[in-house]
Amino acid sequence: MQAERRGLGVLRRTWAMTWKDVTVELRARERVNAMLFFAALVLFIFNFALGPDRDKLREVAPGLLWLAFLFTGMLGLGRSFQAERENECFEELLLTPGDRESIFFGKLAGNVLFMATAEALILPLFGILYNLDIWDSLPALALVAFLGTVGFSTLGTLLAAMTAHLRAREVMLPLLLFPLTVPVILGSVRATEAILSGAGLSGVSHWLKLLGGFDLIFLVVSPLVFEFVLEE
Amino acid sequence: MEERTVVTSVPWGPEPAPAPVADRPSATARVLGGAAALVLTTGLYVGLAVVPPDAVQGEVQRIMYLHVPSIVTAYLAFAVVFCASLLYLWKRDLRYDAVAVSSAEIGVLFTGITLATGSIWGKPTWGVWWTWDARLTLTAILFTIYVGYLMLRAFAEEPQAGARYGAVLAIVGFLDIPLNHMAVQWWRTLHQPSSILRPGGPSVASVMLVPLAINFAGLVLLYTYLLLERIRLERVRRRTAELTLKRGRRG
Repeated sequence: MQAERRGLGVLRRTWAMTWKDVTVELRARERVNAMLFFAALVLFIFNFALGPDRDKLREVAPGLLWLAFLFTGMLGLGRSFQAERENECFEELLLTPGDRESIFFGKLAGNVLFMATAEALILPLFGILYNLDIWDSLPALALVAFLGTVGFSTLGTLLAAMTAHLRAREVMLPLLLFPLTVPVILGSVRATEAILSGAGLSGVSHWLKLLGGFDLIFLVVSPLVFEFVLEE
Repeated sequence: MEERTVVTSVPWGPEPAPAPVADRPSATARVLGGAAALVLTTGLYVGLAVVPPDAVQGEVQRIMYLHVPSIVTAYLAFAVVFCASLLYLWKRDLRYDAVAVSSAEIGVLFTGITLATGSIWGKPTWGVWWTWDARLTLTAILFTIYVGYLMLRAFAEEPQAGARYGAVLAIVGFLDIPLNHMAVQWWRTLHQPSSILRPGGPSVASVMLVPLAINFAGLVLLYTYLLLERIRLERVRRRTAELTLKRGRRG
């Protein structure tokens, strides 16, 4: 009974945290709009960098798609704790009753939501601009994108909380996050590549297992160590 | 925790006795350093002059006697960072943190040596300085993770926060290694397969194991010596920071 109430409490606080971030976003619109515009720009710039050769673009498309996802996601992650710091809300966050893990999961849910929103726009735009037939394999692509986004955001949320307190914080988040998320990047890009070339979900099952394993490990570890990051 | 007591002491109260920091290497460190020099000289002599060159690769294969022990020592150093970081978060004793940051620095050094010697070995045998083979990639990722760790430490605004963030990153980074390993293994493999730790016993000629073993022992000794000295340096630095802070307070 006690444990059940505690579990519900964590869920409620997590939801409150996410809802706060979403409300702020709906009112201020400082993150998602910038992310969407940035994503569109990235797709353009890749085109300029690689030239208009259609076959060549199609070959490197899975990598480009994920670079667009990850760069855009990075933009959103950086803001998630920096905004708290700029508005001096860290102390209030720490004063909220209950476990710190609800702050972590709340922030994480918000970050996944914002990144997924951006991805939902990038993917069709990408299909149109690069002449890729993504529509048949949309469910499989969505699954890969979801697993990759959760893994990237989990470590990203943990590290964003850390780097918000550093000097040179804008630089440090990508420097720390990219090397740690190599398994996510490799897994997502390879799986996307295989799916786009016609392999079903069964053909990429080992990559899905890797992504799932990564997500699981860091969804367990990150909230445990998050407590040490927030301490003042 | 002497670091805290000094900072919070009242200016007119009795001075807490500062923990003395030795201004020269301890006897243990000197013995270890001497032993490292001796063993490494022997190992290099055996590796370069005594054992015969490789049947296929010729003389160039001798770089293995530095290449392989370096990466094993680097992994050892990163395992020490992981354990010291866990201990720091558990006990909150800054001495564990000094061990962690010192070991990380030496680990980065040995990873750098591995990458450099690997490149020099790769050029004549594979024809390229660098290739995106699984184990090369893994070593490069390892290098970037721990260089990031050192940068994180450098950019922290106060030492206590740097210690906490560093510990968290060290734990996450160490757990990340097996995942990275799997990812790059599935991605590609060109490197010659592991020739010593493999089912069915080592595949290198047993005479080659001699300089490898000697150099490994030598590098572990060198690592321990560098670790002790780097920890001493860390203590000197922290003591200096404390004294500067104290002088600043008295104005």
